[in-house]
Amino acid sequence: MEIFRNDDHEGFYDELIDEKGIPRPGVELLVEKINSLPEGDLTLRQKAAEALLLKMGITFNVYGKDEGAEKIFPFDLIPRIIPSNEWEKIEAGLKQRIFALNEFIQDIYNDKKILKDNVVPEDLILSSRTYRKECEGFTPPRGIWCHVTGTDLVRGGDGCFYVLEDNLRCPSGVSYVLENRQVLKRTFPQLFEKSRVRQVDDYPGKLLEMLEYLAPDEMQSPTIGVLTPGMYNSAYFEHSFLSQQMGVELVEGRDLVVSDGFVHMLTTRGLKRIDVLYRRIDDDFIDPSVFRPDSLLGVKGLMDVYKKGRIAMANAPGTGIADDKVIYAYVPEIIKYYTGEEAILPNVPTYICREEKDRAYVLDHIEELVVKAANESGGYGMLIGPHSTKAEREQFTELIIANPRNYIAQPTLSLSRVPTIVGNRIEGRHVDLRPYILFGKDIYVQPGGLTRVALKKGSLVVNSSQGGGSKDTWVLLPHQS
Amino acid sequence: MLSRVANSIYWMCRYIERAENVARFIGVNLNLLLDMPSEKDKHWLPLVMTTGDQELFEENETDYNQEAVLWFLTFDRTYPNSILSCVAAARENARSIREIISSEMWEHLNNFYLELMKEESIKMALQDPDRFYNIIKMRSHLFTGLLDSTMSHGEAWNFARIGVMIERADKTSRILDVKYFMLLPQADLVNTPIDNIQWISVLRSASAFEMYRKEFHNITPRNVASFLIFDKNFPRSIYYCIARAQVYLHRITGTPQGSVTNSAEKHLGRLKADLEYTDIDEVIDSGLHEFLDNLQRRFNTMGGTISTTFFNIEPQATTTTNEQSQTILQS
Repeated sequence: MEIFRNDDHEGFYDELIDEKGIPRPGVELLVEKINSLPEGDLTLRQKAAEALLLKMGITFNVYGKDEGAEKIFPFDLIPRIIPSNEWEKIEAGLKQRIFALNEFIQDIYNDKKILKDNVVPEDLILSSRTYRKECEGFTPPRGIWCHVTGTDLVRGGDGCFYVLEDNLRCPSGVSYVLENRQVLKRTFPQLFEKSRVRQVDDYPGKLLEMLEYLAPDEMQSPTIGVLTPGMYNSAYFEHSFLSQQMGVELVEGRDLVVSDGFVHMLTTRGLKRIDVLYRRIDDDFIDPSVFRPDSLLGVKGLMDVYKKGRIAMANAPGTGIADDKVIYAYVPEIIKYYTGEEAILPNVPTYICREEKDRAYVLDHIEELVVKAANESGGYGMLIGPHSTKAEREQFTELIIANPRNYIAQPTLSLSRVPTIVGNRIEGRHVDLRPYILFGKDIYVQPGGLTRVALKKGSLVVNSSQGGGSKDTWVLLPHQS
Repeated sequence: MLSRVANSIYWMCRYIERAENVARFIGVNLNLLLDMPSEKDKHWLPLVMTTGDQELFEENETDYNQEAVLWFLTFDRTYPNSILSCVAAARENARSIREIISSEMWEHLNNFYLELMKEESIKMALQDPDRFYNIIKMRSHLFTGLLDSTMSHGEAWNFARIGVMIERADKTSRILDVKYFMLLPQADLVNTPIDNIQWISVLRSASAFEMYRKEFHNITPRNVASFLIFDKNFPRSIYYCIARAQVYLHRITGTPQGSVTNSAEKHLGRLKADLEYTDIDEVIDSGLHEFLDNLQRRFNTMGGTISTTFFNIEPQATTTTNEQSQTILQS
């Protein structure tokens, strides 16, 4: 494994090794350790880790493949390391952003000041698929809408972090952060200890604390549940994992029923009231009497109970409005509007196709841009210009012209890379970073988050459904002085 | 606990017990054939009869030969009671209640399934069937051991144990039914000691041979039936299973034994009392097959009553019951 000293970055920013081929600060121990391993040892450790994940059943289902196809989320043993000074900035930036977005959601469903002041165009809000008329005039418990967020960050060729997407609906992946850490601790115990890595394991505890905070004041020990679409959902493992770690109920829609103005669980001893739901089902499906009537996953009458304040939900229905990729383009102004500050973490420059000038530019330069639909996730509904075929570009051109409101475009980023095990070599692969943020009594940012890696050479798509994998993310403690 | 969760844990355990029993039947049959090679092809039909699923078998096969029957009972995914289907169903149930069972149980069951799915499993089942079916049996034992030693013996565990007991009672009755019918055309031979290797095999398939010997010494069809139905201490006898199921059921409801608060308790109590006040001679006089057939019907009703009492308060909720069919040989 000589490759770790390789300084051929092919023009990309490498997270672990600088341009001169020298390990970045905090990475020295890792490089030393890996270079000291006997030939083939790292590959063996990698295989052992994968076998362990399969045995533990940490798998996900890929939509559209053969029924029952289970895969482990590919995992790469070489961690991504973030020094403490960089992390401090990320953490401050995320706190600022989440605070502002929460203010924004509260405002647009209530006073609409930001719309009246023409900072964000009103028709953009009202035309969004994720805008929920049903939430107008509503304030959720403690005034919090976006309790759990998984913001996608990328590092560009300039070495700066940018916000790529705000995921405020049901971001998944945090269970992999916890499991990856377990595997890495077993794989490199001494190295781990010496490197002074900040721990991530208190996430379930923080999540529970936040959910308890949402229950009505007088409630001594609220009954809390994680609402899952069920075991065939691709993130089912995570739902079950989190409820197990928190020691709360894991419920499906069919386990719940509205009766006497409250939501109850069907138990072997009759009905039992439930007070807080961490729901992992999209707005569209949570209540067939309000949203999609064909939903089999939700609970009839849930919204009514919710609006009467008799059950709390995280995240609040309606939060998805801030997840719209066109709204995203306005987030720097949104931050400024509510906090009076400049955004600490910048956005990726974004062309808004509903603006005529931007649209003309996008249609003209489609082969060099990344085009995204406003409300898709998981790497679907996306065009990566430089990697696209002529037919795909023509298809997206038509889509944009037919519904410009629904599209944005961004320059193709040269995402940073992390050395990754490929066969019996180590090569650079592109990564992003998804930290998880909890908004309860305070705003908590889990140190690190999920580093997703595009395992295909040159690929920029890191989604697990599109051949991505993950890495453990080490945020280092500050140097002791 | 959630009704759905109780349902899943109950069925998870029934499926594992079912898989184990299929492996037992096959294992003993294979052993038996070594001693009577000339009758090789006569012994596979009764095995399918034990399951009550001849119709399903005959949808695709006409010939009850070893290979076809082994495939059907072990690996056929379209047959819901094959070992593989049972283990897969148990695992699906386990997956839906991962947060309830211990990780040891989940990992073991997951591994059980993954191993069974491998090509090598089919190879081993064909080349070294004895070892293969023994492994299935031991994995089921390991699962039951993990259930007992890594999970709190609370409500969920009691539902699990009820599942095991009802399934086991049903399977013991089936093996006895089939063999009795096959082996004893004349009722007057019932008290005659016949040193028939086949009766030993009936006992063996319930791991009962050695325990039986301690109790009765000589092998007579009457005593074999008596032991497998009425023995108070043997853990695979029908009476024992029903008596234990009753204990677990009353632990769940908190009702003292002897009193009744719901129809599940009523059914189970009545079944146990009937077994207590019946003896083997009565059974044989009125027809063992009729007796066992009636028992199996009552086990199925039991399962249904447990479902309606605990698993679906809401009548519209769908349940995934899978009682085995009742058409076990009509002569």
